[in-house]
Amino acid sequence: MSPVTSDLSIWIVILALGIGTFLIRWSFLATLGDRDLPPIVIRMLRYTAVAVLPALVAPLVMWPAATGGQPEPARLSAAAVTIAVGVLTKNVILSIVAGATVLFAMLYVLG
Amino acid sequence: MIATTPFLIVVVPFALLFGVMSQEAGMDLAQTMGFSILVFAGASQFTAVQLISDQAPALLVILSGLAVNLRMAMYSASLVPWLRGASAGKKVLIAYLLIDQSFALSLQHYERHPRLTLPQRLAYFFGSATLLCLPWSLATWAGATLGRAIPDDIALDFAMPITFLAMIAPMLRTPAHLAACGVAIVLALVFAGLPSGLGLMIAALAGMATGALVETVMERGKATQG
Repeated sequence: MSPVTSDLSIWIVILALGIGTFLIRWSFLATLGDRDLPPIVIRMLRYTAVAVLPALVAPLVMWPAATGGQPEPARLSAAAVTIAVGVLTKNVILSIVAGATVLFAMLYVLG
Repeated sequence: MIATTPFLIVVVPFALLFGVMSQEAGMDLAQTMGFSILVFAGASQFTAVQLISDQAPALLVILSGLAVNLRMAMYSASLVPWLRGASAGKKVLIAYLLIDQSFALSLQHYERHPRLTLPQRLAYFFGSATLLCLPWSLATWAGATLGRAIPDDIALDFAMPITFLAMIAPMLRTPAHLAACGVAIVLALVFAGLPSGLGLMIAALAGMATGALVETVMERGKATQG
């Protein structure tokens, strides 16, 4: 298999990803209709956000691509502060601001 | 409208960054916009562009991008109890606009206001999703056209992690939520070496199962006490 280099192959990737992603999003909305999901599934779905989002973010925090995958103190501290402020205040904007402030301050200090 | 503000703080830099990155990977403006409008799923767009610039074969690029988006099947299922009466055409539109942020906002709103009518729920979904979707396209375009003017050293890469963490932290309100989150993080790190997206799926499913299990166990504990 050859790498994606031509314009045509890039467009094929875009279309395939677009159609596939739409079908994933449409799947249950379109097919479940009036039936209810089994209770155990509903119970699991309650934890979708708190399981998927941390799993998506954890490797980015530990091994950021921007540093070539090396753990880096500014990003680790920013992540820790964001979580701490979020848990304590339950305020999304405040914890983003706190995390971003720590990130920029640490990046500046560490040069 | 105000509720979308924290999400715009991430959507805009994230889309800007995507515009910049895809230009650097050699996409033209039409292809960059094609990703943001036709795929409209940030994490998978980044995955695809990254793999394309790593010279990965097309099939692997497509499969990895789709694996990253499999979580949206869970979003789709979670919205069914709230939006089941919507027309087929509206469901198509909902599906197109179903992203992390519109899902998180709407579900939170529905759970907080369980007595909303279906038209009110749909209005909330479409309103918040439109407010997120337009800036996504505009900021992608801005990033792709003005990209070279943005300095490399402002750590835009970390906009997504910080915003997602800020979204998650207030949700950790029960031991079951904490357990789900903890298991998902540990497994995501353990399986980080697996092909892109696969580790995420395993970690997420295990986290969700853990949450459901802890909830069940705690309910039983309460039942026997009472």
